[in-house]
Amino acid sequence: MRPIRNSTFSLNLMYVPALLLFALFIYYPFFEGIKVSFTNWDGFNPTYSWVGFDNYARMLEDKNIGTVIRNTLIYGVGSTLFQNLIGLLYALLLNQSIRTRGLTRTIVYLPVIVSPLIMGYIWYFFFQYRGGALNDIILLFADKPVNLLADPQINIFIITFVNTFQYLGIAMVIYLAGLQSISKDYYEAASIDGASSLTKFFNVTLPLLAPSITINIVLNLIGGLKLFDVIIALTKGGPGFASQSLSTMMYKTYFGAQDAGYAAAMGNLMFFMIAIISIAALIYFRRKEIQA
Amino acid sequence: MKTNHKLSIVLSVLIGLIHILPFYLLITTSFKPMSDLSSKWSLPQTMDWSNFTSAWEGADLGRAFINNTVITVLSLMGIILIGACAAYPLSRFQTKLNKFVYLLFISTLIVPPLTILVPLYQFFIDIHGMNTYWGIVLLHVTFSLPMTIFLYTGFISSIPRELDEAAMMDGMSRFMLFFKMILPLLKPVTATVLIMTGVGIWNDYQFSVFFLQKVEMRTVTVALASFFGPNANRIGWVAAGSLLAALPATMMYLFMQRWFISGLASGSVKG
Repeated sequence: MRPIRNSTFSLNLMYVPALLLFALFIYYPFFEGIKVSFTNWDGFNPTYSWVGFDNYARMLEDKNIGTVIRNTLIYGVGSTLFQNLIGLLYALLLNQSIRTRGLTRTIVYLPVIVSPLIMGYIWYFFFQYRGGALNDIILLFADKPVNLLADPQINIFIITFVNTFQYLGIAMVIYLAGLQSISKDYYEAASIDGASSLTKFFNVTLPLLAPSITINIVLNLIGGLKLFDVIIALTKGGPGFASQSLSTMMYKTYFGAQDAGYAAAMGNLMFFMIAIISIAALIYFRRKEIQA
Repeated sequence: MKTNHKLSIVLSVLIGLIHILPFYLLITTSFKPMSDLSSKWSLPQTMDWSNFTSAWEGADLGRAFINNTVITVLSLMGIILIGACAAYPLSRFQTKLNKFVYLLFISTLIVPPLTILVPLYQFFIDIHGMNTYWGIVLLHVTFSLPMTIFLYTGFISSIPRELDEAAMMDGMSRFMLFFKMILPLLKPVTATVLIMTGVGIWNDYQFSVFFLQKVEMRTVTVALASFFGPNANRIGWVAAGSLLAALPATMMYLFMQRWFISGLASGSVKG
């Protein structure tokens, strides 16, 4: 048996290149980031000093961080909510045998293929102040155009909408696959019992879709919480910090304010926030799956 | 039942119209000259191609497309080779060590690369990886590997071990049998990996904007973003540039739809 054992161990060499890449570009920077967050490094100078937890304490006092964390959560939770609700409705509609379903699926899915940055620009033409397509309609009823992208109450929801629109197709396709894997026998049995279509939906469809729901929710949470490109395309995080997310604020702090220590601390906050929220969601919905 | 069916058709057409709307506006805008101040909703009077030539030259999209192609192709080659190799021992020998290594790989699925931007950027300056093809390719490969290894490991586990044993009886070494027997069987999952990671790399902005700042190294999204800034009021140019940039991937999608949808979805379903 010995020779085979040796050969199996040497076969592990096959994952060494991957391991090396991970160590260099993920694990090393991750620990380095923790180190940098305890310094006042500016990102350029070779000299810096240790400042302990100062960067994290600064975060607590930063008057913008509240807005930024709130926005990040709105982008994450808001997109997740709408992508799942609308995605599921679309899937239910387009799972029926209607002639137009293929074309509609193709169109709904199209933005997934296009870069989020470009989708952001396309929506910019729609929402922009001067000559924007939406304002052309508003002008039919009002005498002044509205600057929606500069309105801090509204632009965060426009960004959430644009992100939802972009990735709705993925949620829809995952739900379609889930629907198609449900055996028709369940529905027949329910019909014999005299169940209405609404009862069938809540007692057959929804519980059996549980795995698709879990995947969609976790996937969309991670996607929304790390949102970057769309914000850059639509508002650049402005006005001021009004539509900034943790990712764009970190970018601004690092390259704009040359405050690498603080930016690294922000990156760590973002990492733990996304990890905790997505793992918690995963565990919560997996449990529900088992109960269902 | 009949009216229900009709209602569904009407609804699906309506949804299709709503979702095609931004693309319609993009097209009308990109064909209108600067002097045309008509609403974006109206069709252009004439087909004016000048926006396209201005955008192509202004954003240097030709160069950007070459960069995109080189980076995407090299990254995909690396992803498939390194990913498939790594998955083989991980799925065939589930020792304690290998289970741990697998976990190390997969757990990074939830790490958004942006969270480690600051140290990564510094590391890239130290190793002279800024503005180089190899630098950005290694980054794309690394961050695509978790999903790739996940998909390959799952797929290899579904290939019967008897195949390996039979080949070894014939005197083939494990390495040989991987390249000669297993690798050819991975075609379907490789198609999934190619499309899933390929779309992400082709459309990438987050990495490219940080690590490819030299003008001649810009990818399509970076070129477009830096073109957008100074030309924000020349909306026709930006629209034409966006249309050009989105065209190759869209065309591929329309012709290979089945592959794209099942590829992206199956990847996410298992993720």
